[in-house]
Order: sequence, then structure tokens, then C-alpha cells
Amino acid sequence: MTATPALSVSGLSKNFGALAVAQSIDLDLVPGARMGLIGPNGAGKTTFVNLLTGMLRPDAGSISLGGEPIDRLKPEDRVRRGLARTHQINTLLNETSVCENVAIAIAERDRIAWRTLRFGPQWRACLDEAQDRLRQIGIAEVADRRVSELPYGQQRLLEIAIALALKPRVLLLDEPAAGVPSAESHVIHDVLEQLPADIAILIIEHDMDVVFRFAREITVLVQGRILTRGEPAVIAANPEVRAVYLGRSVV
Amino acid sequence: MTTLPTRSGLAELSAQGRLGLAWHALPWVLAFVVFYMAEGYLSLWTNALIMILLTLSLDLALGYAGIVTLGQAAFFGFGAYAAGLFAIHVHNDPLIGLVTATALSGLFGFVTGILILHTQGVTLLMLTLAVAGLLAEWANRAYEITGGDDGLQGVRMGPVLGLFRFDLYGKTAYLYSLAVLFVWFVVVWRIIVSPFGRSLDGIRQNPARMRAIGTPVWWRLVAIYTISAAMAGTAGALSAQTTRFVGLTTLSVLVSGTALVMLMLGGTRRIYGAFLGATVYVIVQDYAAKVNPFYWMFFIGALLMATVLFLEGGLMDLGATVRKYWRRAPVKKP
Ligand SMILES: Nc1ncnc2c1ncn2[C@@H]1O[C@H](COP(=O)(O)OP(=O)(O)OP(=O)(O)O)[C@@H](O)[C@H]1O
Ligand SMILES: [Mg+2]
Repeated sequence: MTATPALSVSGLSKNFGALAVAQSIDLDLVPGARMGLIGPNGAGKTTFVNLLTGMLRPDAGSISLGGEPIDRLKPEDRVRRGLARTHQINTLLNETSVCENVAIAIAERDRIAWRTLRFGPQWRACLDEAQDRLRQIGIAEVADRRVSELPYGQQRLLEIAIALALKPRVLLLDEPAAGVPSAESHVIHDVLEQLPADIAILIIEHDMDVVFRFAREITVLVQGRILTRGEPAVIAANPEVRAVYLGRSVV
Repeated sequence: MTTLPTRSGLAELSAQGRLGLAWHALPWVLAFVVFYMAEGYLSLWTNALIMILLTLSLDLALGYAGIVTLGQAAFFGFGAYAAGLFAIHVHNDPLIGLVTATALSGLFGFVTGILILHTQGVTLLMLTLAVAGLLAEWANRAYEITGGDDGLQGVRMGPVLGLFRFDLYGKTAYLYSLAVLFVWFVVVWRIIVSPFGRSLDGIRQNPARMRAIGTPVWWRLVAIYTISAAMAGTAGALSAQTTRFVGLTTLSVLVSGTALVMLMLGGTRRIYGAFLGATVYVIVQDYAAKVNPFYWMFFIGALLMATVLFLEGGLMDLGATVRKYWRRAPVKKP
């Protein structure tokens, strides 16, 4: 069975000066995919996400979403076509309430965010949906607090809630548990387990236990190049991967 | 059920909303008190109303959307010249002139916004200054059109709505300006509580976040810059129509600076901050100039420093800050 891939990348390349951070990367995500992207620090994982979302321009290669090329689209248009992401470092509206952070995303998704007239009922619907989404992700009790007052772990959850509120087809998770104390990170991993099955997900994660449990396929990126790719068990047994991750626990 | 954020600018507004209509009526009631009390001073207060409008336009661009600009003078002056020239060459009806000047200023803001709003920070600041500088230089050179250094003379205005003549005491000018300010105030109010306003608030806080949820950041900025320019243009047009004169000073960067000082004094993102800041400025300026005509800037400067140092959110924060220290004071005692 060959369904159209939700996301298809081919020959994606990018150099920062002399540094090749992406070297002809090919990658396909089928609808509902659970793909893990691992690699040492500085391998180019975040850069890869930025290339996909359009925050960075690639030197070469092409990207398509649901079979349509998106190379020429601006970042916001890619989001509108169903490509959402979370950030390795929290990127939130710190002075705004938790609930409104989500509601603003919903307003943008529903194309009412430019309105200045007759927005009352729609905006209230946005707030209600935001409240529901916060409940689902387990942070409803802090809905009215300012983001800056939240503990880091809850801010990480908010990153995910906002991305989900966009109802994406493809979701790129850049180290969703980064910076969260390991004693609390299980909360985030539980949320990951519950993500809608039909979304194609690419997850970058340093905690090997988490990746190997969550992902059905794993891609290993080293110095901007795909080293290997395969099922978790195969990757775990790969001596090259073990070499790259020497000193880390590969299951 | 769901409530607004705890202490953002928007929440401030809705919290005031719960205090009832009384607070919102206050500035307008005071405006009428001034009208009946300030005999012989009305031109001063008309100017205050105009400056409130200009400051409010700056609050939209700088306060809410975070567009770092010192270019409001360009739109203020543009609106002033547009209204003056319209009255001289086309028609002397104030409202038609005002609407035309507003629309043209908005168009000017739209075009310059498209050109400069992809930049940020100091670069953007320099470009806004450059736009104002270029326009001032053009107005200076184009003597046949603008009157250059001598200014635009011979502006004659017809009666407002064909009914109310501009009188010697400035009563019509004052009420006319007040009505125009009120209309813009309602527009600003709608904008800042709307989803559009919230997205601007978001862009100011974190453009990367807004891009990640699919906000066309640049277009939103162009949109608010256009509205802000139109509003500043209205202020300039009012100035031209009520004083029946337009000089090069309307285009000077000093105008932008004054609006910025007024905004900082009153407080950004509080809608009434512009009202308070501009009013206090005008009163202090008038009073200090009488006490000592050479040092009135010193008083303004001292006031601004005190405000910025002690009141995070400008004079609008005075009540809250005093209450905070009041409550804290007894605890300090050993
Ligand atoms: N804008 C930039 N300009 C120049 N170099 C950059 C830029 N962004 C990233 N780099 C460099 O590119 C390389 C890849 O960075 P990237 O952030 O993609 O790594 P990563 O795989 O996400 O690492 P980590 O696991 O630490 O998050 C690094 O060497 C980084 O210093
Ligand atoms: Mg990274």
C-alpha cells in the first residue's frame, strides 16, 4: 500500500558558511507516522525542522506536504496547510494568559484573527476550545495565569497544546521534554502517547528510552547527513549508532 | 467563564471595564468641564486634544504592535499639509478635508510601511526617521506648493457640517476636535479588544511564536501601521484646520518625540495613557513656561524621569503603585 506521504523531503541541503548542516536529506512521513530523529548535539536536527517550516531557506532540495510542493510558501502559509511545530526552547507569549496563548492560535487557524468587527461569539468559541484543550493536556487549572508565572514543565506542555490546536497534518516536535527535570518528564511523555493517531509526527528527542518507546521508525542524523534509518530494534543494534552515541545508553 | 489574562494591557482594560462605566466616562466629562471652565484657554486645550490623538496613534503602533518608530511626525505633517492644501485648492468643508487628509495619510503609511516594516529595531527606527526627514526636506524645497519656511498661509475653513462656524473663542474648534477624538477612540478600543489587536500584542511579545501559529506578521504590521498613520494624519489635519496654518514644524522630529514623551508619561498599552500623558504634559508645559519660560523643558524632563524610574506603566500606574507601597510600608517596620 502506498498512500501519498503526509510529508516528503528530498535532497534537502543547507550550509552555514563552510558548515554543512543538511546534506541531501531524504525523508518521508506517511499519515499517522511516528518517526524519531536522533543525533548528537549540533547534528542539524533543529536546522532540519527550521528548513521544513520555512524559517530557513534551503540551498537545494524540495519539500511537499500531502503531495503538494511547499518550497515557495512562506512559513505562515505552510502552517495554514497543516505543518505545525514545537520549539526546543519555549517560544510563547509570556505576558499573555495560558488560555489566550491557545485561543490566539485557534483564531489564527479559523482565519478570524484579522477581525476587528463582530468577533464576539467566535472569540468566545476560541476561548472555550482553548480551555478544553488545556484540560485534555492537564493544565486547565493554570488557564488564567500568565505564561511567565508557569513552571517550565507546564510551559513545555503549552507548546504542545498550541501546536495541536492548529489541527496539523504533520507535527514536528523538537525535544518536547528539553529542560524538564527527569522526575517530571514522564508527564510530557504521557501526553505524547495520547496524540491523535492520524497526525504524522516527527520527534527529536535525546532520551533514548522515550524515542524507542514512541517511534515506529528512527532516522539517525550525524553532521547533517542521514547515517541510517530503520525500526527501533534495528537501530539499537546498529554498531555505527552505538559508536556515535558512545557513553549514552542506547537501550 | 473563561477570563482574560491576569495583568496584560488587555486585562487592565477589562478590569477597568468591571469598575463600571464611571471611569470610562471620566475623561469625556472632564473634557466638557474644561470646555466650560477654560474660557480664553480653549486653543491650548484644542491642541491638547490633538496631541492626545497623535499619542494614541503612536500607542497603537509602538505600544501595542511594538513598531519602534519616531516617524509619526511624517504622518502628522502629511495630514496637516493635505488638509491645508485641500482647503485652499479644492473645498473648504472641514469634514471632507479631514476625511481626505486621513485617507491620504493612511495611504502614505501603507506605502512606507510596505517598504520598511520587514526591518526591526534600530534599522526600523532609522528608516522611520528617514521618511520624516525626507518629507520635511521636500516640504522645505517645494515652496510653490507648501510655502516652504513661511508655511502654508491662507487656509480658510467653512463651517462644520455647514452649520458651525469656527469662532474667535475656539469653541467650535474644541468641540469639533473632541468629537473626532472620540470617533478614533472608539476605533482604537475596538481594535485592541479584537482578535486582530490580540495578534498585534502577540507580535510585539514574540514574532517567532506568531509565525509558528500561521500569523502573516508583516501584513498585520502593515495594517496597524496604516491605521496609525491615518490617525496621526487626522491629528495633523485637525491642527491645520483649527489653527488655519501649517508650518514646517509639523513635520519636525520634535513632534514625534513629544508624542513619545507623552506616551511614556501616561503609560503605553492603556488606551487612557495617551489622554493622561498628553494632558499632564500640556498643563506642566503651560505652567512651567509661566514660572520660567526658559526652563519648562527641565520640568518635563524631571517629570518623565521620575515617572519612568518609579512607575513602570507610566502615570496610569500611579494608583496601583501607591497602593502597593502603602500596603508594604507597615511590614518594613522592625
Ligand atoms: N543561524 C545559524 N548560523 C550559523 N550556524 C548555525 C545557525 N544555527 C545553527 N547553527 C549551527 O548548525 C549546527 C546544527 O545546529 P542545530 O541547532 O540544528 O543542531 P541540533 O541537532 O538541533 O543540536 P541540539 O541537539 O543541540 O539541539 C550547529 O553547529 C550550530 O552551531
Ligand atoms: Mg536542536
